[in-house]
Amino acid sequence: MSIAIEIHNATKSYGDKTVLKGVDLTVEAGTVTVILGPSGSGKSTLLRAINHLEQLDEGYVALNGELIGVRVQGDRLKERREKDILRQRAKIGFVFQNFNLFSHLTVLDNVSEAPVSQGAKLKEAREHARGLLTRVGLADKESAYPRQLSGGQQQRVAIARALALEPEVILFDEPTSALDPELVGEVLQVIRGLAGLGKTLIVVTHEIGFAREVADQVVFVDGGVIVEQGSPADVLSNPRHQRTRDFLDKVLA
Amino acid sequence: MTGVVSARPTETLEPEPERASASGALPPGIDLKKLAERKVVPLRHPLRWIVTAVVLVLLLNFVQTLFTNPSWEWAKVGQWFFSPAILKGLQLTLVATGISAVVSFLGGIVVALGRISPNPVLSTVSWLYIWLFRSVPLILVLIFLFNLGNLYPTIGVGIPFGPQWEVPTFTVLSSLTLGVIGLSLSEIAYSAEIVRAGILAVDQGQHEAAKALGIPQRRQFTRIVLPQALRSIVPAYVNQIIGLLKASSLLFYVSLLDLFGVVQNLGSTYPTDIIPLLVVATIWYLILTSAISIVQYYIERFYARGSVRELPPTPFQRVRRTLAGVRSGERETVA
Repeated sequence: MSIAIEIHNATKSYGDKTVLKGVDLTVEAGTVTVILGPSGSGKSTLLRAINHLEQLDEGYVALNGELIGVRVQGDRLKERREKDILRQRAKIGFVFQNFNLFSHLTVLDNVSEAPVSQGAKLKEAREHARGLLTRVGLADKESAYPRQLSGGQQQRVAIARALALEPEVILFDEPTSALDPELVGEVLQVIRGLAGLGKTLIVVTHEIGFAREVADQVVFVDGGVIVEQGSPADVLSNPRHQRTRDFLDKVLA
Repeated sequence: MTGVVSARPTETLEPEPERASASGALPPGIDLKKLAERKVVPLRHPLRWIVTAVVLVLLLNFVQTLFTNPSWEWAKVGQWFFSPAILKGLQLTLVATGISAVVSFLGGIVVALGRISPNPVLSTVSWLYIWLFRSVPLILVLIFLFNLGNLYPTIGVGIPFGPQWEVPTFTVLSSLTLGVIGLSLSEIAYSAEIVRAGILAVDQGQHEAAKALGIPQRRQFTRIVLPQALRSIVPAYVNQIIGLLKASSLLFYVSLLDLFGVVQNLGSTYPTDIIPLLVVATIWYLILTSAISIVQYYIERFYARGSVRELPPTPFQRVRRTLAGVRSGERETVA
């Protein structure tokens, strides 16, 4: 199996607060990685660093061997131009906790916006978008505006939007945390379907059951470092560290 | 329940057995279940009716004077209303306001972007611009501009201390151009702040989503941020345009004959017609402002797409629905 994402020495601080302390992580192509951790542990920052929404102070993220957001110049890593970063981001889908759908655009325009902005023909982009909406079960909602949908439907549109660029990896930042409990299932179902198709997924979530069932690799982050990582059976059922055990006790309580 | 309690506030706190049931305190012979089947009578507001009556009487008194006071001279208002001089002034008001409104909107976007820019030179220069033109009265700006020939006999651009390209100030700039520049200069400062507020009102998540999707920078602004910002920009900016429409009457002081200027001039030529002339100007300003308000309503409606679950009906739709309701109501009673 080939490595899709390689993170090395990811370090980031805000002022004098260090959120990431030299994190190393590799994600193999076609696998599902679930990142767990208490709030403020740095898990969201780690995820956002992958598509350079957060700029690392030290360290790098590579997608299929290509450095994201930075390039080598002399003996330093230097931030790339915004234009190049935007082009790189198109290979990395991102699904937000709060959906962040474009509220003034219809569902169909939300999904087709990114491909059109990057030069796709409007008609083809829309055709493709319709296909994606069918896949997330929202074919009949294409002319609705986001606010006319339930949270679960909005998040499914957001997933279709992330898929529209046919990304090599898709990042999910707590995709079900803003949802009413009865809507969580429909979103997880869609993510499960993507895992079944062999997509590379990295999911920050508190859904332990989902992690147990779908993840190939579970990573427990706390205090800006990876405390423990391994298969779901190892990390979730036989955690070796006290911090992991405490966290799981709280989440599963 | 509360009604029952407050009606007998001094009573003992010991619970009475009858009060436990809702109908316990009712006079005998009344069946609460029966009453529950009828419509609840809403509270009446007699004071509201009295105030309404007083306001209506005062209003009617005033309206009456419009007809009975001969000094209004409505016949003369009619004569002046479409006179060529007035229409010419109206045209100048419209042209100056229209051009300034467009120029200052576009300029406002540029200055707003400058202020938001992380580049310290751009943001400081934008801030200084806004500070200067919000501080100086418009009339001062206008008179300053019309004396520009004294200050800078030629205007031009060039590389500092290098080659320069220059032209005489007054051959290139007509007085209308100067007037429009003056209005725009001060208007840009205000609209920049309106645009900036609108941009800041757009949720940070929208910027992030646009970035995460790799949408090119310019398109992030024109397609994602600006359309959402316009929702809060439009009402404030239309307000600004209405102010501009009236501020354009200051052009009179730099010898440009706008609607107000024409009325002022005609007033000194025909002193007996001053009241009807003022009425003519008032009515024209009312018409223009009303037209702007109607346009505003529909622009706001356009930008409200997606921000409300369902758009409220337009006044026309509302009238049509009410009429339809009346008609179907009639049919029901007939049936």
